[in-house]
Amino acid sequence: MDATPRTTPRKSATFDDYTLSEIRRAAASGIYDIRGGGAKRKVPHFDDLLFLGASMSRYPLEGYREKCATDVWLGTRFAEKPLHLKIPITIAGMSFGSLSAQAKESLGRGASQMGTSTTTGDGGMTEEERGHSTILVYQLLPSRYGMNPDDLRRADAIEIVIGQGAKPGGGGMLLGQKISDRVAEMRTLPKGIDQRSACRHPDWTGPDDLEIKIQELREITDWQKPIYIKVGASRPYYDTALAVKSGADVVVLDGMQGGTAATQEVFIEHVGLPILGAIRPAVQALQDLGMHRKVQLIVSGGIRSGADVAKALALGADAVSIGTAALVALGDNDPLYENDYQDLGTTAGAYDDWHEGRCPAGITTQDPGLAARLDPVLGGRRLANYLSVLTLETQTIARACGKSHVHNLEPEDLVALTVEAAAMAKVPLAGTDWIPGSKSDR
Amino acid sequence: MPEVDLDVTPLRELNAALHRLTPETNERHWVIDHPAGRHAIASGLNVPITVEINGPVGYYCAGMNKLATVVVNGSAGVGVAENMMSGFVHVAGDASQSAGATGRGGLLRIDGNASSRCGISMKGIDIVVQGSVGHMSAFMAQAGNLVVFGDAGDSLGDSIYEARLFVRGGVKSLGADCIEKEMRDEHKRAIHEVLTRAGFDGEVDPNEFKRYGSARKLYTFNVDHAGEY
Repeated sequence: MDATPRTTPRKSATFDDYTLSEIRRAAASGIYDIRGGGAKRKVPHFDDLLFLGASMSRYPLEGYREKCATDVWLGTRFAEKPLHLKIPITIAGMSFGSLSAQAKESLGRGASQMGTSTTTGDGGMTEEERGHSTILVYQLLPSRYGMNPDDLRRADAIEIVIGQGAKPGGGGMLLGQKISDRVAEMRTLPKGIDQRSACRHPDWTGPDDLEIKIQELREITDWQKPIYIKVGASRPYYDTALAVKSGADVVVLDGMQGGTAATQEVFIEHVGLPILGAIRPAVQALQDLGMHRKVQLIVSGGIRSGADVAKALALGADAVSIGTAALVALGDNDPLYENDYQDLGTTAGAYDDWHEGRCPAGITTQDPGLAARLDPVLGGRRLANYLSVLTLETQTIARACGKSHVHNLEPEDLVALTVEAAAMAKVPLAGTDWIPGSKSDR
Repeated sequence: MPEVDLDVTPLRELNAALHRLTPETNERHWVIDHPAGRHAIASGLNVPITVEINGPVGYYCAGMNKLATVVVNGSAGVGVAENMMSGFVHVAGDASQSAGATGRGGLLRIDGNASSRCGISMKGIDIVVQGSVGHMSAFMAQAGNLVVFGDAGDSLGDSIYEARLFVRGGVKSLGADCIEKEMRDEHKRAIHEVLTRAGFDGEVDPNEFKRYGSARKLYTFNVDHAGEY
């Protein structure tokens, strides 16, 4: 009877299974891990907020009956032809190259059916994309791959990309596996090599130069097009203020949950802010400058549901943008392809090696056989359905809060479930009047 | 021959008028006076006309030029002929940073010096600089020819792809993955062709240039080359 009870085997919270596997992978390969997507770690997010709804002092609107408008104008500051979207949900910039032509066409079809915009990416504008997108935003990126004045003029808006939430301060990369003849030609680069997209713009440095760059783009397009500036969430107050100073019509703010086609895991998980912590500083900057609603704010990074849309709008955004969720709507990470995901050493829901170009759903690939799995008509229909649900959900919440337009949602409609979310969103902790970090808290 | 005085006519009006021209226009030679360093003069041109600017221009003169000939009788600010598609841009004086940046075609001639980042990310444009070019010129240059009569500053051709760099003078240092390469007859012919188009027919001996280009070691990321970045 010497059987001393043994403690249950215990794994380290610090050195958990994922961490151990990463150390072993690094030790075997000598190179950092590259993947697609956004931050996977848990960060304070819209889930940590709740709407209060109407009550004795607030009067709700009848669901399905009373009007709750969802339209949004973008680019009203300077552009002669601002955009008028039917819903406050846009499709984020994703390149042809990182995505298949079928995926780009699907995005265009779905967005157009719902009266909203889609956005080019780091690879130029394709005919499929222009042809199937009623409203197309053309990105001006540091790489300037495919940039030309004709596409600039046939775009409906121009988005100057300073950074993105997955990697503020980082450039892009498209590994050789995805560089088909067509992608290579569009980017004026040899086929099959790893393409690095610059992290800095080649012809301007700083907001004073950017102001002049914007002037040039306006001159080339005869002052017709709205000009957006997209930044990754890092210093949202100052970046927003400087974007306004530089002459932007619209600021696009992308949180760390926003996806990328490919970058280092360490970059995705450790640089930048969650979108929840970035919206209020950006809105504050606009309010301090008297430009809230005059320069529109689009936020992105982890938008999944109408609740997320409504919360982003309540915090002061004019619209949101979706990327990852749109790809999921098309079929990305669908259990339908579980056997294929298993063959790639992963499982549906976890697949993030988008840079390898072997996407079973035909989305993040240039392989003709895989890309053919995605029917653009069906993909467009699925995206339109999803956008419709997001919109209906947003309206449901807005009506419950007594709002006849989704833009009438406001911070006063919200409370937070955690101290962190209360501090970031600058709304009270539920059941209290405590907003950590507010003036009354000091 | 339309003459436009930018002290009188707003820049926006001038550019709009230039953009309205059709390829059949008979207003084929424009003269611009008093540019006074204004930005984006004659940007976004789209027809084969000649625009002559008498004086110094600011940023992005002849930006994204297509088909047109733009002559600057003065110096040019940042990003002259940036992202040029085709045509000819001639700066009689010096050019500031990022001259010809990301240019995809056409020819840029600079009679004086060009500052840093000349030909940065060039994608098919040909650039001829009679003077010297500053540091980080031809950074990430993808395609086209950069011909420099004088010297090149630090980190010439850093992270270069397939552009060809020809320098007659000294090179202070080469950037990552940029090496001196053999000058073969095809390269001498290329210099001659570019210089002829730039108006230097027979005046300059291609044999006096050295060629620089990509070692192509960094085209596919290899951890053994990580120290070279």
